[in-house]
Amino acid sequence: MPTTTMTQSTKSQSPTLDIAAIRADFPILQRRVHGLPLVYLDNAASSQKPHAVIQAMSRYYEQTNANVHRGVHTLSEEATAQYEGARAKVSNFIGACCPKEVIWTRNATEAINLVAYTWGRANLKRGDRVLLTEMEHHSNIVPWQILSAEIGFEIDYVRVADDGTLILDDLSKLLTPRTKLFGFTYMSNVVGTLNPVQLLTEAAHRVGAVVMLDACQAVPHMPVHLQALDVDFAAFSGHKMLGPTGIGVLWGRRELLNAMPPWMGGGDMIREVHLSGFKPSELPWKFEAGTPAIAEAIGLGAAVDYLSQVGMEAIHQAERDLVSYAMQRLPEVTGLKILGPAAEKRGGLVSFTLDAAHPHDIAAVLDNLGIAVRAGHHCAQPLHERYRIPASARASFYLYNTREEVDLLVKGLQKVVEMFSF
Amino acid sequence: MDLYAEEILDHYKHPRHYGHLETPTLTFHDRNPLCGDEIELELKIEDGKVTDMAFTGHGCAVSRAAASMMSEEIIGKSLEELRGWDKKDIIDLLGIEVGPVRLKCALLPLKAMKAAVWGLAEDE
Repeated sequence: MPTTTMTQSTKSQSPTLDIAAIRADFPILQRRVHGLPLVYLDNAASSQKPHAVIQAMSRYYEQTNANVHRGVHTLSEEATAQYEGARAKVSNFIGACCPKEVIWTRNATEAINLVAYTWGRANLKRGDRVLLTEMEHHSNIVPWQILSAEIGFEIDYVRVADDGTLILDDLSKLLTPRTKLFGFTYMSNVVGTLNPVQLLTEAAHRVGAVVMLDACQAVPHMPVHLQALDVDFAAFSGHKMLGPTGIGVLWGRRELLNAMPPWMGGGDMIREVHLSGFKPSELPWKFEAGTPAIAEAIGLGAAVDYLSQVGMEAIHQAERDLVSYAMQRLPEVTGLKILGPAAEKRGGLVSFTLDAAHPHDIAAVLDNLGIAVRAGHHCAQPLHERYRIPASARASFYLYNTREEVDLLVKGLQKVVEMFSF
Repeated sequence: MDLYAEEILDHYKHPRHYGHLETPTLTFHDRNPLCGDEIELELKIEDGKVTDMAFTGHGCAVSRAAASMMSEEIIGKSLEELRGWDKKDIIDLLGIEVGPVRLKCALLPLKAMKAAVWGLAEDE
């Protein structure tokens, strides 16, 4: 297991993390791509997994595997204890009041859809307004657009300034008495901007709007205390925080969750069923129909343990250090334009364009050098339209990345320019 | 890298028939929203044959090279013949191995050309 030290490590150059020890925990970082060591800079899309997570999942399948909440046999009891134990770990990790506020979903997308289809259908009507931002991921736009077509409420958007921050001058106009929900991201997955969550939440609450926070890029990378932020709902995915795919979280204030109708019907979400009807189960199972992703929940629990042991504040500082370094070095590449705000206003990612090459070509050439970056619109097409660019390339960091990897990225981009310049 | 063979890069840097025709007979606009590639294709048709072609748009090296190479090939061909074109024709022109991820980049110009010669509306 890694140890957090406050001493300057010469190898890792991170003031807060022992990166060499951390890297040794991630088996995939040993592999080579096209004959070169993997430089994984696509963490905003999905993170890699430490031994601890992979082992927790195999251990579950090798020693415990059974359905939860059902049998009275030993395996089922152990599986239930581990599965619910993981929920308690996540609850602590995000500053929830209690595990019953933590609803397992497939991912953040499903969590936001859950809110749209249950809270939204029960609380939104024609003439109401929902406020979103221009920098949202598609997963915090499209569910509301689908529901808007069904119900007939209006959607407004907080616009984004050239520097990638939200334009908040007319927030009081956008938050009308008819605005019932304000959905926004904690951190943009494209421009990296960290939004002022508390300020936005206070403004929403002043008009009685409920806040839906997309915390996908925040919970994996910095300390997050959802109760202290005072938001009403938050969504994030396990696979972006060292956990497996197929498990995500909807957190909600229990008064709201209790008042919401259930979403999917089936086993486990009911208290009783008769031919004449059913009574739903209590929280959190009310929203968890069918056999859940048990091994995945346990894997996410192990990921949370790992992250807590390293320390979220230390991870946040290390990523800030890395992104500052990247933003200092990237402009050395001819024709490179960085999207978004200065390093101090962002988390650990940086998106950019190159005059000489399309983002797909950038990513393809870098891949040949063993460097994984994302190219495209990163599921945020409206934000790219706002910048009048079809796509961008993105390097996103996590606790195992180093300054040396940033140097390799810069060198790779210089090669791209060399290849594609007219 | 094979994907960026000299000829592909040459067509990317110096695309043939890039621009507009004065009086196009057929035009078709298509895009690949996933990667943001976009093409505006214009064809001049006389006596059932393509006599000129032009294209504009933006895209990656693979999609632009495919459009440029296709432009050199289709001039002089009949609509009948072009309606029969399929992805093999483009891949052969490119002369490189195109993996599944980049295939849609390579095929965007073909898709636009076929829609044009079949007279399809943009949302069909």
